[in-house]
Formats: sequence, C-alpha cells, structure tokens
Amino acid sequence: MICEQCNERPATLHFTKVVNGEKSEVHLCDTCAQEKGQMSLFNGNAGFSINDLLGGLLNGGTFHHSSHNAVTHREELRCPKCHMIYQQFVEIGRFGCSECYKTFKNHLVPVLKRLHSGNIVHTGKIPKKAGGNISLKKRIEELKQDLKQSIEQEEFERAANIRDEVRALEKEVNNGQEGGGQS
Amino acid sequence: MSLERFLKNAVSSWMSEEGPDSDIVLSSRIRLARNLKEYKFPIIFSRDEAVEIINWARNGLGSESFSDTCSFELLTMNDLKPIEKRVLVEKHLVSPNLAENAPYGAVLLSDNEEISVMINEEDHIRIQCLYPGLQLKEALIMAGKIDDWIEEKGVYAFDEERGYLTSCPTNVGTGLRASVMMHLPGLVLTRQINRIIPAINQLGLVVRGIYGEGSEALGNIFQISNQITLGKSEEDIVEDLLSVVEQIIDRERSAREALVKTSDIQLEDRVFRSYGILSNARVIETKEAAKCLSDLRLGIDLGYIKNISKTILNELMILTQPGFLQQYAGGPLNPDERDIRRAALIRERLILEENRE
Ligand SMILES: [Zn+2]
Ligand SMILES: [Zn+2]
Repeated sequence: MICEQCNERPATLHFTKVVNGEKSEVHLCDTCAQEKGQMSLFNGNAGFSINDLLGGLLNGGTFHHSSHNAVTHREELRCPKCHMIYQQFVEIGRFGCSECYKTFKNHLVPVLKRLHSGNIVHTGKIPKKAGGNISLKKRIEELKQDLKQSIEQEEFERAANIRDEVRALEKEVNNGQEGGGQS
Repeated sequence: MSLERFLKNAVSSWMSEEGPDSDIVLSSRIRLARNLKEYKFPIIFSRDEAVEIINWARNGLGSESFSDTCSFELLTMNDLKPIEKRVLVEKHLVSPNLAENAPYGAVLLSDNEEISVMINEEDHIRIQCLYPGLQLKEALIMAGKIDDWIEEKGVYAFDEERGYLTSCPTNVGTGLRASVMMHLPGLVLTRQINRIIPAINQLGLVVRGIYGEGSEALGNIFQISNQITLGKSEEDIVEDLLSVVEQIIDRERSAREALVKTSDIQLEDRVFRSYGILSNARVIETKEAAKCLSDLRLGIDLGYIKNISKTILNELMILTQPGFLQQYAGGPLNPDERDIRRAALIRERLILEENRE
C-alpha cells in the first residue's frame, strides 16, 4: 500500500481514526506521518484520547441504529437515584451514580462491548463484603466445569471428590442466604 | 534552602531508587478505581456527600496505620497552595484533574509516597501504587492489600456482572489501569518507534508521551498502559502488559547495541555534548533539558559516562517542571526566570553527583 499523503513511499503506519464517531482508515509513510503530526498519538490531548473516542462511540451508538421511537424512549429513561438521563450520559461520558448501570443496562451492552473488546462480564477481583456469595458461586461454577471434564475423561474418583466439594459449597451458600443480612 | 535538603524533601522513592530493568523502565504504576455504594459519583454529588466522604477517609484511613511501616496523611486540596498542588501533580501523586477541578478533593499519601489514594476525583477512591523499575506485579499486590483495607471501612459499589462500578465506563470491571514509564531513546534514534506504537495500540494498549505538549514525547519517555478493564482478571491484564513491555525492552536493548556498533563515536559525541550543555548552560528550556537528560541517561546506561546516578533522568524530569522550580525558588517565576532556574538546578545537581563519595 502506498502512502495516501505523498503517494510515493510505501505506507508503514496504519490506523483507525475516530472523530465524532466517524471512523476513517489512515495509511501513511513514516516521513509524512511525522510531518502531519500524526505522532500526536503520543499526546493525551490529541484527538485519540480514550474520552474522545468514548464520546464518538456513544454518539455513534445512539444515532446510528435506533429508530426515532427508541431515541425518545432513551431520553426519558432517568436514573431513580441521581436523576441522570441517558442523553446526559452520552454528552459527558460519565455516570452519576452506581445505580445508573442498572438504569441504562440495556443501552450499555454495545457501549461496553466496544470499549472492552467485546467483553461485558467482570471476571476479576470480587470484594469481600460487597461481593457476598459471588466468590463462592464462581468457585462452584468452576468446580462444575471440572466435574464435567473429569466425567468425560472417565476419572470417576476425582469426579466424586469434586461433587462432594460442590455439595459442601452449595450448602454454605444456602446457609448464608437463610441467615440473611450477614455480610 | 540548600539543594540537598530540597532534594531530600522533594524526591519520592520511585524517583530515586532503581528497580528491575531500570535501564529502560523508569517506573511502574497500578491504579484501582473504586466507589462507595451509598453516594452519587463526584461529577454530580452534593457538597454534603463530598464532605461526608472526606470525613470518612480522614477518620477511617487517615487516622490509623495500614501496617507497622505504613500510615497515611490526608491532604485536602482546599488547604493547599497552588504551588503545592502543582508539585503533587508533577510528582504524579495526584491527577491534574484533582488539583484543579476538585474543590472537595483530597489525597492520602504514604510516608515514602509510593502509595497515594485520591479521594473525590472522578471516582470516590483511586488507589495508586508507584514503584521504581519494572515491578507491576509487586505494585498490583500492594494495591490489592490497600484495596482490602479500604473495603473494611466502607461498602463498595460492585455488581456481580459488571464488577467495580466507576463513573466512566472505560474503567468499569476491575477499575485497573496498569502502566509503565519507559525510556526508549534507542527506538526513537533508530526510528523504529513509529512502527512500534501502532503495533502496540493494536494489542489493546495505549502509548503516550507523558511529558510535553504537541507532537513530541519529551525525553524519549513513553507511558504504556492497558485500555481494557472489563472481562479480564487483574493478573491477566498485568501479565499481558508485561509481555509487551518485555518485548519492547528487548527491542530497545537491540537498538542500543546496534547504535553502539554502527555509530559509536557519534553516539559518544552526542552524549558528551548533552552532558556539556547540562553542566554549563545558564538558560535552558524544558525541551532542550529533556533531550539532553535523555542523552545523558543513555550515556550512563551504555557506560560512556560513569559516576553519575542512573536515576538522574527520572529525578530531573520531575524536578525541572514549573511547580518544583517555583517551590525551590520560594515564589512565583515567569517562564524566562524558570529557564534560568532550571539551568541552575541541573548544574547544581550534577555538581552534587561529581562530589559524591
Ligand atoms: Zn508519504
Ligand atoms: Zn444514577
């Protein structure tokens, strides 16, 4: 591919530029890239910062593929705790409170996917208090996967052990729920 | 104030100590974003909520020690003079946003300044661990411990599916931003950097010059950090960043070797010219100082220059910024005066080195 600026040298820099939600491909040679100041990639204030990108994404996401009705509906969606509406979020790219994640849940999935390479589910650390039973439940899920595998591989003794462990953990989860309110 | 005393007060451990791979990696940073469940996020919270959060931090975190060797001091932005805030920003202990736009902002600082916890920035809590050299894993472990300690004192906003809930959806999930500051003169001089940066971006990492404005990375110093915070574990995020950083380290080392092989005397000349400028200049702008400091540091790493601390680049990049120069001068300075002060500080600092031991 030839550099789109000088049309002489081969293009060595290829990247996607997102400005106000408009994506465009840029192909430049080293020399032109430097002249053009495309190396402003280095600079957090240039047009490539995460926040600008986010602004672009959010605007794009809202106006591209939603019917008129959907837009109206979104504008009316209001967070019960902080009273933020979706349009405000689109403008500033920030939520007003943690409840907003629930309020705007359905609109958020495509946004999160685009920001986080398709991911929408947290798989990292779980806080001790706020996490409650989540770590136990996750552990149980993992064990169930192991159990399935052991059975497939006919390691029945191992499978039996895992099954016992799963039962014990499930009991723990249930007890926790009956006890209620304990954190 | 004597320069030696000023340095003693001004220099944090991450600036003055050498860590693993510190010929290329100047520092490693882990940041965790957290929020308290019951309050609105700082962009729209009420004054009362802000004050409650600061009091919570002061009473819960500022009043008791985290460990035998580590306790925190709480500084509220309102009580600091503009120059003092600026110095905290220049040391990377608080963000410019906290210093300038957060009237109800505060920061908890550990004695050695390796750990800082910003209160009421974009999120209620931002834990930062800043270590010298390549120590991302160590910093992650420490940040995790501080995180557990803080969680004992409050209830985090956390969702089973989305993880730690943050004001900006770019941070949701782990709330983790891991970054390293790298000195890459070899890749810049051999012009490989232009090809490498887009490649790094494609891997979901962000590269930025952290000093200077406009199109240049001053001092050949680049910051590389993760972009994705959701759907990967903290360990995987750090592991993925590390594997790229290690490749960049290898490339930088080969670039330096190639430079020595192909243009030994030119390189040596460049290094000593820069040393000459730093030792003798009476007026020096940020940009020239950064270039010369980068050359000097490269010269130290390649063995052309002996008996000067390796950490001089790290230290002087920080200390020759406007806030520090004014603090050292004891009052406001206009840009011309700063250039004179900057030259003087660098000269004095190099004399301290020459008189060492
Ligand atoms: Zn070209
Ligand atoms: Zn809300």
